[in-house]
Amino acid sequence: MVKERATMITAQPSYLLHLADNALILGHRNSEWCGHGPVLEQDIALTNIALDLIGQSRYFFQYAAEQMGADATEDSLAYLRDERSYLNFLMLELPRGDWGMTVARQFLFSHYQRLLFEGLIASKDKRIAAISEKALKEVRYHARWSSEWMIRLGDGTEESHHRVQESLDHLWAYTSEFFLDEPFDAALLESGIGILPSGLKDDWRGAIDPVLAEAGLKISAGAWQHSGGRKGSHTEHLGYILAEMQFLQRAHPGASW
Amino acid sequence: MAIISPIHQQTLLEILETVKDPEVPVLSVIDLGIIREINRVTKAGEGDCWEIIITPTYSGCPAMDMIATGIRMALYAAGITGFRIITRLSPAWTTEWMTESGKEKLKAYGIAPPRPLPKQLHNALFEETLPVPCPRCGSVHTSLLSQFGSTACKALHQCDDCKEPFDYFKCH
Repeated sequence: MVKERATMITAQPSYLLHLADNALILGHRNSEWCGHGPVLEQDIALTNIALDLIGQSRYFFQYAAEQMGADATEDSLAYLRDERSYLNFLMLELPRGDWGMTVARQFLFSHYQRLLFEGLIASKDKRIAAISEKALKEVRYHARWSSEWMIRLGDGTEESHHRVQESLDHLWAYTSEFFLDEPFDAALLESGIGILPSGLKDDWRGAIDPVLAEAGLKISAGAWQHSGGRKGSHTEHLGYILAEMQFLQRAHPGASW
Repeated sequence: MAIISPIHQQTLLEILETVKDPEVPVLSVIDLGIIREINRVTKAGEGDCWEIIITPTYSGCPAMDMIATGIRMALYAAGITGFRIITRLSPAWTTEWMTESGKEKLKAYGIAPPRPLPKQLHNALFEETLPVPCPRCGSVHTSLLSQFGSTACKALHQCDDCKEPFDYFKCH
């Protein structure tokens, strides 16, 4: 049995888990498209993105496991933590929806992730800096791919425009969470490990706004904003992901290939 | 009693040259540039051992585990057991580390080799990229079909002259 380790988590492992969980949960959501993409090339593109994200999550999980010691491993962190211990943003756990929803989410998150890793490359934590340097190269592809698709859908047919605009309206309510400063962010900034999320917002708008303008898409400003993912308060959807992802390890503890 | 002659770094390199990328079997781990260092190290109580430092190509590349296993198997097969494989992330792998002979082998295999990395990395989202020459007919009239190909390291292109689709090993 793996004991609940929440009490052992200090500021740094919880930050690593936040970074790992974001990548794992979105990677998992994207992997649901495997074999279901609209055309073969895009099915492959999205599963490639999913693989990149899951690979990135492994680096952060491995590091977190080392920090936490005891019997923590990358697998125990992914497969044996409960919903309230997951620290990912709420947007990433939402159902994949249609192609427009999946593309819009990737677009909003990849531009955020690119700016985050550009900042974390300078982290005084050399391991975080190295993972960020590695991941940034991949995230740039994701940002480009999803931006091209935003334009294609937004500036495409009436149907594609309507559907991606609806997706954007729905997802927008989950974007503020990317830029909320939690008390430990100030501590991370102070120690030179992390950056202040609020500091990324202007650059993020600077990156996404021109793409949205070209796509003919509008932001529904003033909408209610959800948050709580980094504190472990999730939507109902995360539980379903974990139920599927963790089932095998819960039913057959320690099972391996 | 068998006499075990000391193993030289050159011997290790020759063995590593036989370890291929499972997805692109014409490229060795040396060609790919994922072997970063080979060091002889001494640890107290453990004696001498080789440290082989490798770096992953892409974070989620499923071939990486197979490649590390391939290295281990090849060294064991050669009777070498005193080694450790260490993964290092920084500096991040780049196609600039691919050997010239590796690029030639790729081309002969039908995969367009990576172009040199731009001198300045601009952040423009849709920067213009130079055309990728077709590995079959050499034409530069080619177009990108998809940024993501059959593996993480490749993009899918098509030649506008000979009409053949082909993989391009992305410059990374």
